[in-house]
Amino acid sequence: MAATATGIYHRSYQREMALRHTRAEYLRLALLVTALLATPYVLDRYWLSIVNTILIAVIGAVGLNILVGFTGQISLGQGGFLAVGAFTSALLYERAALPMPVSVLCAVLLTAGAGALFGLPALRLKGLYLAIATLASQEIIVFIARRWTFLRDGSAPLSVERLHIGGYQITREYFEFQWYWVLLGCAVLAVLGARNLFRSGLGRAFMAVRDQDIAASAIGVNVTRAKVTAFAVSSGFVGLAGALSAHYTETVTWESFTLEVSILYLAMIIVGGLGSIAGACYGAVFMMLVPVLLNESIGAVGDSLPFLSGRLPAIENAVFGLVIILFLLLEPRGLDRIWQRMKDYLRFWPFRY
Amino acid sequence: MNTFVNLTVYGLSDGAILALAALGFVLIYKATGVINFAQGEFLMIGAYVVYSSFVVFGLPLTVAVVVGVLFAIVLGVLIERLVLRPLVGENAISVIMVTIGLAALLRAVVQMIFGTKAVSQPPLLPRNAIQLLPGTSVPISRLLVIVIAAVVLTAFTVFFRRSRHGIAMRAVADDQQAALTMGISVRRIFAMSWALAAVSALVGGLLLGDVSEVSQRLATFGLYVFPVVILGGLDSVPGTIVGGLVIGLLTQYVSGYYDAGLATIVPYLLLIAILMVRPYGLFGETRIERV
Repeated sequence: MAATATGIYHRSYQREMALRHTRAEYLRLALLVTALLATPYVLDRYWLSIVNTILIAVIGAVGLNILVGFTGQISLGQGGFLAVGAFTSALLYERAALPMPVSVLCAVLLTAGAGALFGLPALRLKGLYLAIATLASQEIIVFIARRWTFLRDGSAPLSVERLHIGGYQITREYFEFQWYWVLLGCAVLAVLGARNLFRSGLGRAFMAVRDQDIAASAIGVNVTRAKVTAFAVSSGFVGLAGALSAHYTETVTWESFTLEVSILYLAMIIVGGLGSIAGACYGAVFMMLVPVLLNESIGAVGDSLPFLSGRLPAIENAVFGLVIILFLLLEPRGLDRIWQRMKDYLRFWPFRY
Repeated sequence: MNTFVNLTVYGLSDGAILALAALGFVLIYKATGVINFAQGEFLMIGAYVVYSSFVVFGLPLTVAVVVGVLFAIVLGVLIERLVLRPLVGENAISVIMVTIGLAALLRAVVQMIFGTKAVSQPPLLPRNAIQLLPGTSVPISRLLVIVIAAVVLTAFTVFFRRSRHGIAMRAVADDQQAALTMGISVRRIFAMSWALAAVSALVGGLLLGDVSEVSQRLATFGLYVFPVVILGGLDSVPGTIVGGLVIGLLTQYVSGYYDAGLATIVPYLLLIAILMVRPYGLFGETRIERV
């Protein structure tokens, strides 16, 4: 009988600090890298555009998970922070003619600042009250984005010139292909950054605040600072996602930052798994793919069932609601937990544990 | 003068409807500690159920309303039993998200059946204008909305003060464990508060649908219960009435005298201000956890 692993034993501190420990983990990493490298050569333009929006969503979801999943501060203001990032970067790029990396960086910093500002209520409020406060700030930011004429091109929504960084120009025929590499680079940086954040003292402080804030302050965590920093860091990621979406879609309007967007991102991290970076990625992929696949499958049977295709938006919404409810009822720790359980099952097979 | 009277009447009637919606919200929060983001959808469902039994199935209005109330009770109990009860004791984020998911689902079901356009429903309340003061005219329906809402709110208050079940509900809200030891079934109270919340939202939705239109916008209007309950106090029944009227009047005055767009976010500005100064609201218990 084959030997069954009984655990992971580290023989040096260096090994223990590594992000990956077992051969299986390295193998999966290699597979993932291969898949990511092969993606743009395999998929056609339509599917590549979906992958690109997923990559943006991954950055946003990772950012939101830092705040909600790791620090335990619920926020319904995600859409507002996306808007801050998108408008800042678009305006700096269009009107101040800054190069894109600089404008995106400014957007990240400004959104982080806005996040810290809107995080201030979190110093006084908890749980339910914080949810309502962030709901209010979401509505207020969207209102400003809707009414401020500076954020528009006359009566048309703000349009953003096609991306060029120095001499590198995104061309029309390779639009999705070139963007894939830009977005993939940003997403990988964001994921690695977040992953490492939670190996640092700051990240541990966030988790301590989430688990028990009084105990956290007893062991020397500055709860006030941890909360405001969590809002700032998380909003920074979200601002990056917003800025990238502005450059990618080449137009910025308030309609893409409504409360529904905030809820969509919350759904991503719930479905993926609160308090898990990998979970945020799974959730982003899942929530972005579900409507697309639904669309495809209804389109495939649409001719025989016209009843369904006419009600596609409603069906999408229903599935959206059902997914949230079912995940919360059946697997509140999300896809990440399901993946863990699958791995455990295989590792210990034929034993149960 | 005419404008002022008009705005006041409109504001008071909006406020009365908001108070009904907020009452349900507060009932659920007090008894079960759940923040219900689907309260606006309850308003909408109420309006649509009465619409379908009154217009589509052609039942007499009173029967249609009774059908609506029964439907609301069943819906409330089912939601509590199937969705909320498994989550008792989970963290706030999960509970909030499940009601958000519920809201999406309910809205999608209505969208699936009735489409996205407003449905046309004959006026339930008379619409002709009446002279309240010399030189002013307001529609009777708006005045009747205030009266009906006042009657329903009074009925609820009497129910909480006098009836066995109402007192049991207050006991559970006050102290769950003590209520359990007194032989009160907390489960039944949980179910009852969801049912009552759905019923009060049904009345609100019915009235709102009549004075505006029966459409999915009713659910958006429901988001204003948050400013209302924060102003009045999350756990205060009289607070919902005061909060509802204040928010109703405020939005009508701002939209009438200043800017209709601004009026949509004035309640939220007020909400933020209250959270900063007095987070437990006007009548709420000062039990809020501060950090």
